[in-house]
Amino acid sequence: MIRHDIVVIGGGPAGLAAAAAAKKKGIDDILILERDTLLGGILNQCIHNGFGLHTFKEELTGPEYAARYIEQVKELGIPYRTGSMVIDVNNKKEITVISREEGLQIIQAKAIILAMGCRERPRGALNIPGCRPAGIYTAGTAQRLMNIEGYMVGKEVVILGSGDIGLIMARRMMLEGAKVKVVAELMPYSGGLKRNIVQCLDDYGIPLKLSHTVVNIEGKSRVTGITLAEVGPDRKPIPGTEEHYSCDTLLLSCGLIPENELTKELGASISPITSGPVVNDRLETDQPGVFACGNVLHVHDLVDYVSEEAALAGGYAADFVKTEKDAGKAPVALKAENGVRYTVPQYLDPEAMADKLTVRFRVADIYKNRSICVYFDGKLVSRTKKRVLAPGEMEQVVLKKEEVLVSAGLKEITIRTEVEES
Amino acid sequence: MSEKFYDVIVIGGGAIGCGIARELSRYRCNAALLEKEEDVCSGTSKANSAIVHAGYDAMPGTLKAKLNVRGNAMMEQLSKDLDFDFKRNSSLVLCFSEEDRPALHALYERGLANGVPDLKLISGDEVRKREPNITDEVVEALYAPTGGIVCPFGLTIALAENACENGVDFYRSTGVTRIEKTGKGYLLHTNQGDFRATYVVNAAGVYADELHNMVSARKLHIVPRRGDYCLLDKEAGNHVSATVFQLPGKYGKGILVSPTVHGNLLVGPTAIDQDDKDLTATTAEGLAEAMEKATKSVKNIPFRQVITSFAGLRAHEDGDDFVLGEAEDAEGFFDAAGIESPGLSCTPAIGEYVATMVAQKGGYAKKDDFKATRQGIVRAASLPVEERAELIRKNPAYGTIICRCEGVSEAEIVDAVTRTLGARSLDGIKRRVRQGMGRCQAGFCTPRAMEILARETGMTMEEICKNREGSEMIKG
Repeated sequence: MIRHDIVVIGGGPAGLAAAAAAKKKGIDDILILERDTLLGGILNQCIHNGFGLHTFKEELTGPEYAARYIEQVKELGIPYRTGSMVIDVNNKKEITVISREEGLQIIQAKAIILAMGCRERPRGALNIPGCRPAGIYTAGTAQRLMNIEGYMVGKEVVILGSGDIGLIMARRMMLEGAKVKVVAELMPYSGGLKRNIVQCLDDYGIPLKLSHTVVNIEGKSRVTGITLAEVGPDRKPIPGTEEHYSCDTLLLSCGLIPENELTKELGASISPITSGPVVNDRLETDQPGVFACGNVLHVHDLVDYVSEEAALAGGYAADFVKTEKDAGKAPVALKAENGVRYTVPQYLDPEAMADKLTVRFRVADIYKNRSICVYFDGKLVSRTKKRVLAPGEMEQVVLKKEEVLVSAGLKEITIRTEVEES
Repeated sequence: MSEKFYDVIVIGGGAIGCGIARELSRYRCNAALLEKEEDVCSGTSKANSAIVHAGYDAMPGTLKAKLNVRGNAMMEQLSKDLDFDFKRNSSLVLCFSEEDRPALHALYERGLANGVPDLKLISGDEVRKREPNITDEVVEALYAPTGGIVCPFGLTIALAENACENGVDFYRSTGVTRIEKTGKGYLLHTNQGDFRATYVVNAAGVYADELHNMVSARKLHIVPRRGDYCLLDKEAGNHVSATVFQLPGKYGKGILVSPTVHGNLLVGPTAIDQDDKDLTATTAEGLAEAMEKATKSVKNIPFRQVITSFAGLRAHEDGDDFVLGEAEDAEGFFDAAGIESPGLSCTPAIGEYVATMVAQKGGYAKKDDFKATRQGIVRAASLPVEERAELIRKNPAYGTIICRCEGVSEAEIVDAVTRTLGARSLDGIKRRVRQGMGRCQAGFCTPRAMEILARETGMTMEEICKNREGSEMIKG
């Protein structure tokens, strides 16, 4: 059997940053497995700019951002294989991978870093009634066809969902001469970044209809039109509000789902909220030596945070390889409540944690004038005012080790929003 | 275009047409099959419950009853001969109240009269012991161990390929527009030129009445009866192991919950009569009805895991039974019409029944070189690790995964496109190898599948269609 200290599954931004960090921490025997023909992941098709403002203090395109990490991986001499699909992982950390060049192999890893990214929610999962013609694409599939393959997917477009890829694709299709008639969003707020709504919709005069959804798709061969309707607070269409749009294309940008099929196979627990594995402050799943980072862990808003998180995962994986010690279950649970949907990580170990721990989360709705409050076993320890909180943007609180250690016997840290008294 | 001459022409490349063509290919006759869509298995056969019924439903003495039991008995061997997926997972008909028990017992008696083997009435508790997710309301059930599930694409395409390998000519994208009776048979006008045949077999699904009525004064009338379905992720595939039906009664008819032969969970169908024979749009009401009624039978169905919904059309004929055989006032014109449930289950038996009739009429003798078996496309992901490794060593294209959800390799897609009666569209590939049928519903693999289809057929990317002409994927 082939053996490696660390196997990184996925060669996108998360996998690349994790591998580089592990190498810098002194682990030489690393292998990155990437299913696509190139390293870089989905960034390769994100040809717009806006990446890297936090990490590099400059605006890069997706491929440029990816290139910085690919170069780093190459300079560090980290081995990688493309066109290599992991088809199975078990709880003994045996990885079955297949590729054209190497055939089918089983690799024994000391530590695994899960960095498989996410997929888009398809039409079927949205249960949109109507016909099933050509011309219905998830925004990312359309993005790949246009930006990588160079083909136009349609001329008259309606977009359902205001996730970032949908917003980016609205602008992209306008620039290529298509007419984007409307972006409809089921929720009363957009799931995308504010800057994308301004730069991709407002600047191009594309209307955004909040609290609207597609209630019918027409077209026996290719899409010929769709019907939009307003939805009520229960998110059900309101009869009588139907509006018809003729179009040849329907793009869907209705959410991303972490790709955790392998994670489930190896037996790691999955959070029903994030759809990613449950992790401790070392970004380790409840399978010792199996770490996760990037969109497979939880869907991020900015790739900069993916890189940051992944570097931590890589470092902790390196530590694990050096000691090969199962640290046991972290004793402190992080709990999300009152408008905080989840936290990553979900557990921490006060003794072993780093001096500072960034806990990331998203909120459940648009909130104005609220505070993000942190409680240690019911005792308020911090309160940060926020003018606006939105589900489209990730939030964070930083926990300091010294503060956690002071609270002897700490069992639970609660993060919640609270209405600001004005 | 020059005229083409055949002894027998089968119109319609669904399960029934392909089943008849395959049985006809046992005989020494010159036969062809015309299909109006770009591929076989594009109508009723592509969107249905995928059930091989045990045979207790139909009234004793009807063709439906007789051919269902025979078709069910033939299916297992056929699945081995032609290499398609079939499983005897058994079926249950649930009875929800004391007052409905007599109706359940009548169904049992009907099954016995139809010759369904090994039928049993079992108590509600026994049902729940077998199937823990069956609801508490169930008081009794009819258990049929011979009930099964099949891949309807696999069945139809296997029959078509085998017929083709045994000499039947297939013309796809060839729709019959008009039929004329001639002195020695029939003249068929199509969008691809004229065809002449001594005998015609009408297996045109929901359109079979229109073709029949072109040559016969004894009119048929087929209503397309739509059924809406939801398909759930494989993670939900073990929610039930048997196909779970409801006793037709006060809870309405016919919503089933069943595993599919590929391990998904299927819920549906509704039954809504409509006029349009080409419209398979689902409706919000239909999907809601299917899901709601299913919860009567089975609890905790994880509807959050729906990966797709679809609708299919049943060809319901006014007479309520299959119309099989030579039209009374049109000699040499054989109908296989009104094939609704349990039509799929009857496929092998209808094939045999109709082909035998045609062969007798034409006096055709059996060939001695009929090839009864067909090799399907290797499903690399289902092989043991060593065999899969060996396969990749022999053909590295098995090592390139195109569809990650279903684990479909490039070699399988190439096989689907280049083999006998290969796929010409993305849907054609999907039905042959399941590329794009998984949880991401072709999000990642669509561009790759388009490239392979273009490369292997010489089509341009702009010409690649989802299915029929007009369903181009690229526009602009």
